[in-house]
Amino acid sequence: MSWMNITALVDPLPIYTMWVRQMKRFLRGRARLVGSIMMPFLFLAFLGLPMSFMMVNTEIPGMPAGMSFLDFLAPGIVGMTLLFAGTLSGASVIWDKEFGFLKEVLVAPVNRFSIILGRSLGGMTTAIIQALIIIAIAVAMGVHITSISGLLLSIVFMILTCATFTGFGLIIATRLSSTEGFMSIMNLIIMPIFFLSGAFFSVQTMPTWLKYVMFADPLTYGVDGLRGALVGGNAFPLSLDFTVLLILSFIMAGLGAFLFSRMEAD
Amino acid sequence: MSNSNSVVEADNLSKKFNDFLAVDHINLDIKRGEIFGFLGPNGAGKTTTTKMLSTILKPTSGSINICGYDVSRQKAQVRGCIAVVFQDPCIDTFLTGRENLDFHARMYHMNGKQRLKRISEVLDLLNLKGQEHIKMSDCSGGVQRRFEVARGFMTHPRVLFLDEPTLGMDIQARRKLWEYIKMLNQQENISIVLTTHYIEEADFLCHRVAMMNQGRVVAVDTPDNLKAAVGMDQVSLRVSGGAGHQFAAVLRGVEGSEKVEESNGLVQLSIKNGEDRLAGLVELADEYGFVLSDVDLHQPSLEAAFLYYTGRILNNESANMAKSSMDTGKGMK
Repeated sequence: MSWMNITALVDPLPIYTMWVRQMKRFLRGRARLVGSIMMPFLFLAFLGLPMSFMMVNTEIPGMPAGMSFLDFLAPGIVGMTLLFAGTLSGASVIWDKEFGFLKEVLVAPVNRFSIILGRSLGGMTTAIIQALIIIAIAVAMGVHITSISGLLLSIVFMILTCATFTGFGLIIATRLSSTEGFMSIMNLIIMPIFFLSGAFFSVQTMPTWLKYVMFADPLTYGVDGLRGALVGGNAFPLSLDFTVLLILSFIMAGLGAFLFSRMEAD
Repeated sequence: MSNSNSVVEADNLSKKFNDFLAVDHINLDIKRGEIFGFLGPNGAGKTTTTKMLSTILKPTSGSINICGYDVSRQKAQVRGCIAVVFQDPCIDTFLTGRENLDFHARMYHMNGKQRLKRISEVLDLLNLKGQEHIKMSDCSGGVQRRFEVARGFMTHPRVLFLDEPTLGMDIQARRKLWEYIKMLNQQENISIVLTTHYIEEADFLCHRVAMMNQGRVVAVDTPDNLKAAVGMDQVSLRVSGGAGHQFAAVLRGVEGSEKVEESNGLVQLSIKNGEDRLAGLVELADEYGFVLSDVDLHQPSLEAAFLYYTGRILNNESANMAKSSMDTGKGMK
């Protein structure tokens, strides 16, 4: 693709406009924000903390010596937040479709790529804000973050993880015709992705067959990258996590944007 | 080929859904500055036509040219010179009215200064000042609809599509919106293409009306010409004692009577020189022993014209309202 084509695809004002709309909706849906923070908070407070108390001075396989279970769990819960928020942000296109707003956007003289880029960037921003809130809560509970540079590096992993799952949500949204099947799809696909991501346990200590299943889970690399950046104890080299996520996010977001651009307004 | 005076031209336009032909080879030529209406019952193909004209539905066959651009090949250019108010609500209820207008204007690449000026103008035009900072979900359906119409006018479109603009509105709100649409058309010289199944809406608003039935355009002309073409007056006779059916049979035999229809004791027919013939019809009822409780004579209405062209009565909830408010006939008891 030539440079000319790319500039024709990226239309700054509509992209910014879509972004602003997503942010406004996010900030006005207070109840939804509280709801989306609640679940990760419960995991940290009632799984992470009690397990750390239980396993004080216990050597856990796959975890660096001296690391508490809460430290180990926190990046996994951040990953979960990104998984849920990212998928939902992509999939919420079906709500726009159901409530008719999609038509207003699709009839505007703006290319579809810019529309979905702006919308997704808005969704990603809100997801990362949620993830940062979770990190703040985790720190308040006593999670030790290794360094400021690690925190900054974790944002890179957040962006890639979020882009991957926003694309994934978009793919689902373009395949579904209504919001009806959405919740069952969420439970059917999202929960296994979460449980198999190594949020609760280290990949390396698992039997071979399970390892391979976990290798196939995109969130495994997100959680591992976040863990390495935030608290240490990553299973793979961070460069591997980064490369895999970079490729995945390009494929998923690209495919999602492509399918969206071919979506019929009705 | 393209006439500079035409803003919308469609040639042999069709849309097929599976085996159902929703729009059947229609031709259109809508002029600049015109208010053009598609009139027909639900399912006549009006909305499907509008969707194809406004670039969001791909035609099965045929071509469309809008403001000199081909709709299948130059979508972006076409979208730049039209605006659409869809039949179902299509507004972000999380945002305020002003934010919805602002969102729209940005999507159409208007700069900050233009946006500010234009939002103020359309709020004035549609009498929405004072309501622009309320979240849309807290506004009534009528106000939401007015914001949607206001949004349609935001970008100075050359053609504005209004799909059933007053659907579900009460009579006052509907009349108000008609006035606004007329005023906007005159002040801004925007061509308006609307669909409606309200006879009186087409009659009051449109310079020209295309009558649609089962995917076809059966007639296109000014409301006056459409009515004149009928050339007949509409007579309704209410027969007591459930004998309407028998009387209808008698009337079918009367010379010059056409389209005799009967339902629940009300017999309707079309006849030339109705005023002179009415006495004869009443006499006829006497002769056969039918008791008439009500007799009405109407000059041809657009409703009658629709019946004349399609053989169908355009039934809708506003039919009675049309009778009481726009009746030009004379009643006699």
